[in-house]
Amino acid sequence: MLLVFLASLIGSVGAVFLKSGAQKLKFSLGSLLFNYRLGAGVGFFLLSSYFFVLGLREGELTVLYPLVSLSYIWTLLWSRLFFKEPFTRNKLAGLFLILAGVVFIGLGNR
Amino acid sequence: MESVSTVEVSEKIAGAQRHRKGIALVFGCTLLGAAAQIFMKTGANTISHPGLWGIITSLPLMTGYCLYGLSTLLLVVALKEGELSLLYPVIALTYVWVTILSVLIFHETLNPFKVLGIATIVAGVCVLGRGGRTP
Repeated sequence: MLLVFLASLIGSVGAVFLKSGAQKLKFSLGSLLFNYRLGAGVGFFLLSSYFFVLGLREGELTVLYPLVSLSYIWTLLWSRLFFKEPFTRNKLAGLFLILAGVVFIGLGNR
Repeated sequence: MESVSTVEVSEKIAGAQRHRKGIALVFGCTLLGAAAQIFMKTGANTISHPGLWGIITSLPLMTGYCLYGLSTLLLVVALKEGELSLLYPVIALTYVWVTILSVLIFHETLNPFKVLGIATIVAGVCVLGRGGRTP
């Protein structure tokens, strides 16, 4: 469970790097390949899925599935911290619904 | 007074259009991601010998990885302009497609919880689509 918690945290860090890399991006192949932020983002995603698979070996999918979507909450926090994106009512309500939906699908997969 | 409110309204509309564009891109990204997961599952079911060589020589697995790559590329394009906090949760749509495709392709059963989950996630994405910047 701790592994999957870690996976969600690492995944959200990956998303932050993708965003900051995307902001720097110009539309050329060179800027895509030599963008270390994007590379770091993809690296964090791979690391996150590695931890997720490790966690899956031990825990039950019903619990672990929703735990991964904690990364959406982390991402909301990082977005405000690093990119000055405000919390809005729509974002919070949408996020809450999505989290609830993921919990339901997790229950349905039992 | 009137002109100020007109500017505000047109800014809001421009903002909403930008959100929709980003969300449409992430929408495509979730479709690709779901297709990737289906290929991964097919590959995992049919892999001849485990290990690196087995992965490289498995056509479904490699197709899955390529689709993941494309999906990430689309996400990056979407993030170039869109808000991270708005677009990232939309990725949860992947759960919706994978659940539906698993029923269609692998004949997994659908149950009330899954249907409820699908409906709730879709509702959540719709709420997100209503906007970000405007508080």
